[in-house]
Amino acid sequence: MELFSDLAIGFGTALTVQNLVYCFVGVVLGTLVGVLPGLGPLATIAMLLPITFTLPPVSALIMLSGIYYGAQYGGSTTAILIKVPGESSSVVTTLDGHEMARQGRAGAALATAAIGSFFAGTVATLLLALFAPPLAEIALKFGPAEYFSLMVLGLIASVALASGSIVKALAMIVIGLLLGLAGQDIYTGTVRLNFGLSELSDGFDFVALAMGMFGLAEIIRNLEDERSRSTIMGKVQSVMVSKDELKQITPPIIRGTLLGSLLGILPGGGAMLSSFASYALEKKLSKTPERFGKGAIEGVAGPESANNAGAQTSFIPMLTLGIPSNPVMALMIGALIIQGISPGPNVVTSNPELFWGVIASMWIGNVMLVVLNLPMIRLWVRLLMVPYHVLFPCIVAICSIGVYSVSNNVFDIFAMAAFGVIGYVLVKLDCEPAPLLLGFVLGPMLEEHLRRAMLISRGSASIFFTRPISAALLALSALALASVLLPTIRKKREEAFQE
Amino acid sequence: MHQPRINKDICSGAIFIVIAGLFMLNVLKLPLGTSVRMGPGYFPLVLCVLLAALGVLTVLKGLRQVTDPPTRTAWRGLILITAAVIAFGVLVAPLGFIPALAIAVLISLFASIHMTFKLGGLMLVGIVAFCWAVFIQGIKLPWPILGPWLGGY
Repeated sequence: MELFSDLAIGFGTALTVQNLVYCFVGVVLGTLVGVLPGLGPLATIAMLLPITFTLPPVSALIMLSGIYYGAQYGGSTTAILIKVPGESSSVVTTLDGHEMARQGRAGAALATAAIGSFFAGTVATLLLALFAPPLAEIALKFGPAEYFSLMVLGLIASVALASGSIVKALAMIVIGLLLGLAGQDIYTGTVRLNFGLSELSDGFDFVALAMGMFGLAEIIRNLEDERSRSTIMGKVQSVMVSKDELKQITPPIIRGTLLGSLLGILPGGGAMLSSFASYALEKKLSKTPERFGKGAIEGVAGPESANNAGAQTSFIPMLTLGIPSNPVMALMIGALIIQGISPGPNVVTSNPELFWGVIASMWIGNVMLVVLNLPMIRLWVRLLMVPYHVLFPCIVAICSIGVYSVSNNVFDIFAMAAFGVIGYVLVKLDCEPAPLLLGFVLGPMLEEHLRRAMLISRGSASIFFTRPISAALLALSALALASVLLPTIRKKREEAFQE
Repeated sequence: MHQPRINKDICSGAIFIVIAGLFMLNVLKLPLGTSVRMGPGYFPLVLCVLLAALGVLTVLKGLRQVTDPPTRTAWRGLILITAAVIAFGVLVAPLGFIPALAIAVLISLFASIHMTFKLGGLMLVGIVAFCWAVFIQGIKLPWPILGPWLGGY
């Protein structure tokens, strides 16, 4: 079996002392930011980008991915214990998880979340190992036209599945694409879209953009509403589930894992969507839906499995196609590009240690999370008491130092400040900055493939519609766009986000 | 029929149009090329037009709506956080790493209404010491601790 020899490469890479340490650092940091409300994996990964430049690519990616799935664990702890979702993906866990804690069943809720997450993590890792290589192989046969259409589909779908105004989200993508194109044109070397600034002749700095929009803007938004947090906490006796409960949670965990794995692969999917969808599914399937919201253990088991599965399978399009399905994956792609690795289907064959090492590290990281977090829950809870006004000056300091460290250029610091202000203004206007980041990462690739395809077709745009795969991908994009614009479906979608 | 007021959609749409215009100023200087051999200006021009169109759509949508419910704007946070970062940028070269960081952190501390003098003082010392330990001693970033204005190099 090739899979086993490949996995052996992966474990060989992931089990080196250095990578184990980075995996550990990643999951601990992830849990930490998952616990701390107001600081999420997106901002954390953005802050850590400069540090990862000094690491080998495998270690960097292992650590960054550890932060992402580690945050799913941490977020559920606070959601259950004090009804504050540390992470957007654990919002639904507050509903039943905290209710269980109030009934004195905090231990069972925490154990359910841990078991579900671990099971989901294991399955998702296997799925990733099974499906990513064949997918990459198919993608290797893609020409520029197919690639262009695939990216269009990725961008459109990420908008269709997100909440909020479609038109605004599309505009955010276009702004992102434009920002991404700034700098030297790859074919002619012409410096373009630099607003006359020589500092921008290499384009906008990825780190400055990411830190400004997701670090600084997030701080400013959190400072809008400085309520003191409730400190009423459920007591944790023993983190265990009884036999009956185990029987009760098994089917939701399996369903949540499958649903999350599927939704994670979709562009725009990932952890948050998976958890919401799973909660809705469990409620629908339950014989006693009225128990939901009043401490139903299935309402914890399903979403907690789904968000972890979704977090992990969202690596599939990133690692095999080089296409980010959500902003966290866009940051990972940015990290790879800066490391000199061009993301795409070639990664599997040209960097097998990277590809398989990251996959293996995910499973190792999941084991670490279970072993570490159950005994350390008390510590995490104490950390939760850290007020936000202690947290944000640290973030300001780390962002400032981080962005300056990339190329010792003061201009990057000012750019970050500007992106912070822009990010906050956009959020105030209900324009989510996440699609902008996707556009920024995909901009140069999208243009390159467009130009190559048009060169092949001698300037006829029909190439995108006559090649079957490309046509199918574009048809899917049109369908995705139509589905959110048609009134009936739009209504359903709004209802779904209300829930 | 309500009189349309300035609302989020009108503002966002207007901003999209302005951004499209700003990029357009850059694009017009670039060779467009042909659709076979696209020049550096071709795709950006398409995007500018698309963005402007989306902006117009958003404004039109906004005109059909009434004004938004008022929301709070974190002016204090917005100004002080931005000022803190800019201060670091301006001061890091002339004053050096430690003073620039200290001033930046000091400015950011005022962004929260909950900050007390005692806690703020502790944090100022703590953050600067931590960053010095991690970034200068640990990662060995090649920055002077004190800049030329303070007798450093």
